Order: sequence, then C-alpha cells, then structure tokens
Amino acid sequence: MDVLYFAWVRERIGLPKEKVTTDAETVADLVAELRAREDRYDLAFSDLSALRVAVDQELTDFDASIKGAREVAFFPPMTGG
Amino acid sequence: MRVVVQEAPFDFGAEAEAFAVGRHDMGAIVTFTGVVRDFGKGGLDAMEIEHYPGMTQKALEAIADEARNRWFLGDVLVIHRYGRMEPGEKIMMVATAAPHRKDAFEAAEYLMDYLKSRAPFWKKEHAATGETSWVAAKDEDEDALTRW
Repeated sequence: MDVLYFAWVRERIGLPKEKVTTDAETVADLVAELRAREDRYDLAFSDLSALRVAVDQELTDFDASIKGAREVAFFPPMTGG
Repeated sequence: MRVVVQEAPFDFGAEAEAFAVGRHDMGAIVTFTGVVRDFGKGGLDAMEIEHYPGMTQKALEAIADEARNRWFLGDVLVIHRYGRMEPGEKIMMVATAAPHRKDAFEAAEYLMDYLKSRAPFWKKEHAATGETSWVAAKDEDEDALTRW
C-alpha cells in the first residue's frame, strides 16, 4: 500500500510517500511496524494524540482496519479555513 | 453546488456576483472570506498551505453536502487555495444562498467550522526572520464542532 505523510509528519520522516508491504491488520499495527524501523519514524509517531489518520482518503482512527486498503495517510490535526 | 481547490488566486467580487444568479427564490446570500493575517506585526512573510490532493476535494464536497442536508439551501460555493500566499491574500471563501438569512448564516458558519478541522489542509508560517512553523490546531476549533 501507499503510506503518505503530510505537514510536520512528512518533514520529520523525510519523505511524502512510500510503498509499504505489511501484514498489519490495523492502523495501530502499521504504526508499530513503522516505529520499529528507525528513530525518525519512532519520533514522528511518539504521540498519537497529536496525529490524525486517513485510510483510503477517509478520516478514521488508529483502531481502524487496513485490510485491503490502498492508501494510508498520517498527518497532524488539520488547519484549514 | 461548486467546490474548488486551486493554487491560483480567485476573484472574490466576480465569484460573489455570479453566485446563485437566477435563483429568484433565494432571499439571502452570505459570504465569508478567509485572509492571510499578519498577527506578528509585520513579522509574517508568507503563509504556505499544504493539502492532500485526492482527499481534499472529496472532503470539502462531503462537508458541503452535509450543510445542504441540514439547512434549506439553494446553492453552496466553497473555494480553498493551497500553496504560498502573502499577508492580505484571500485563502478561501464560502457562499451560501437560502430563502431566509438564518439558514444562510448558520450553514456558512457550519462550513467554516468543518473546513477548519476536517478538511486536509495544513498551514505553515514563514516569518520575516526566515523561521518557519506549522500552525497548531486550536482546541476551540475542535470544540466548535460539538455545537452542530
């Protein structure tokens, strides 16, 4: 699947998008896998309350299933308007 | 209903003038415009707005659809820019048309509250000093959603 990062999450991890092959069942499982990779991921995901997630471009929460998902995006709370 | 996500500036006067034209049953039109504000007394060089291409349009359309479900509206317009803007530039606008002003005002407020916290935009401030900082979401913006 494609994993996307926006705003300071993108800056902290150092890339906007990457392909990830995973057997993770939920967003939280995927986060745990990413955090185990490298410090920059661990740092970016250290406070989940400061993050939001979208699965296939729909806002959801960290318990959500990612089975069959094509795209998961992580970003800080939105500041539109 | 029209929802536009674009980098280029928009012509507020022309958009407001063209909005709901021909709808003779609409007695009220409300418009709101968001402007890049330099609250640091000359300290802001530019505002950069990042968004999530693909999701942004859909999210804005869903918010506008919900407004049409909740209020009696003849038309809805949402324009939101992304990219780099200087203080004084218009970031976005919403317009609502309704038979009566209460629906038009409330729907416009609803659109703004949801646009702020549920549309995938992120603002970054570029200070004149060269420093940059992401604008943090405010608790009061999240709280504003609970009244709807």
